[in-house]
Amino acid sequence: MSDQNDAPDTGRMCPELLQSPPRVINVGLAVFAADLDAQDVDVIHVDWRPPAGGDEGLARLLSMLAD
Amino acid sequence: MDSTSLAGAIRSANSKALEILLQGDPVLIDVLPARDLIPELKEHTILHAGPPIEWDRMCGPMRGAVAGVAVFEGWAGDLDEAGVQAAKGCFEFHPNHHFSAVGPMTGLTTCSQPLLVVENRATGNRAYCTVNEGLGKVMRFGGNDESVRDRLAWIRDSLGPALGTALRCCGGIPLRPLVTRGLTMGDEMHQRNVACSSLLLRELAPALASAVADHSDLSEMLAFMGSNDQFFLNIAMAMGKSIMDPVRNIEQSTVVTAMTRNGTDFGIRISGLGDEWFTAPVEMPAGLYFPGFSAADANPDMGDSTIIETIGLGGFAMAAAPAVAGFVGAGSVAEAAGITARMREITLGEHPEWTIVSENYQGVPTGIDIRLVVETGIVPTINTGIAHREPGIGQVGAGVVKAPMACFEKALRALGERLGLS
Repeated sequence: MSDQNDAPDTGRMCPELLQSPPRVINVGLAVFAADLDAQDVDVIHVDWRPPAGGDEGLARLLSMLAD
Repeated sequence: MDSTSLAGAIRSANSKALEILLQGDPVLIDVLPARDLIPELKEHTILHAGPPIEWDRMCGPMRGAVAGVAVFEGWAGDLDEAGVQAAKGCFEFHPNHHFSAVGPMTGLTTCSQPLLVVENRATGNRAYCTVNEGLGKVMRFGGNDESVRDRLAWIRDSLGPALGTALRCCGGIPLRPLVTRGLTMGDEMHQRNVACSSLLLRELAPALASAVADHSDLSEMLAFMGSNDQFFLNIAMAMGKSIMDPVRNIEQSTVVTAMTRNGTDFGIRISGLGDEWFTAPVEMPAGLYFPGFSAADANPDMGDSTIIETIGLGGFAMAAAPAVAGFVGAGSVAEAAGITARMREITLGEHPEWTIVSENYQGVPTGIDIRLVVETGIVPTINTGIAHREPGIGQVGAGVVKAPMACFEKALRALGERLGLS
């Protein structure tokens, strides 16, 4: 059973989040960042994709050969 | 070997590879007939661009060039007869790369053609490339008619011997400083060689004037070189080959030592796996076309000229050559800088002297690591000419093309097997 005391204190955080303009870090698909940017939302895009394009075998091999 | 010591061994191997690469000291020293430089190059033997390929899988311009060179060498009476002979197996085909040579586009090298000789004075090895024929309808783009063969004959009988005499007379031309200057003047040495061609001509002209007695002949040679913005391309390619060959055969190194294409397959080699080719189908360039031509006319990617990118020039140095970004349809100056920035993510180092002014003299990115290519999903960007897909027509445009990811994935898997990891 979860301890409800571990839950974040949303009561204090939410008003601040909702009252200030959103500041967004977008990771992965650039189209989401582009859409936000088109709506004048401050957004930083991180060009990230899964290692080896998501190929698990190659990713495992890379981990063994990595610096 | 555990993963920590394996990583250390790879790091050490790549450090050695990068050191050899960056210390390369190429000097253009001579022009001599191919048969004098490559003893294996007998009659009816044709070296071509790219990884190994036989007649039945060759693309249109490669076949056109084969027919043209067979007539040029006197092995066939006309183009049709040459095609029949090729289909019957009368010619022996090998990659240039197997003989310390490279060739642009179709890249055909045969025994009587004069070859540029570049010596890497840091390591003592030599590399070869044919003399650039100019633009338009030329054999490297699949051109093969009488005008193409006449130009080749003039290069063989007049220009080649004169260039050889001039280079021997002046003691050779160091290429490392010449490329350094060319980069500051807007060349990237693949699709833009205006500055380096001019700098070369300035250094070579006095010796050439001494070597050629007939003023009319001299005038013709100077005009030919002076009007060909890409004259330096073939020299840059021999330079690249001379720099990369000594990087081969370093156990456990993941550095790419060659990238090349034959119009059908794209092939790469990596240092730790010697002379083994890892191939995948070539991709189509995206670019701009000469008036009257379109993408429907284009042949897939072709040529040994990707040795330029292998050493960190061409597409890797796009930021140094904003003018070429427009020419090859790569976009804006900012996008050109973006291409160089992406190439930094898949390379191990920067050249200490080949720097980019607009990037505060940061060196061009060099030493492609297949691990970084596979991990990031970023493949080498290549600047390239575009040949017509039919034989006999020639160049129809210029553009940008990507190296196929499958080549790098295959090489990585093969290295894993070599190291007992799979």
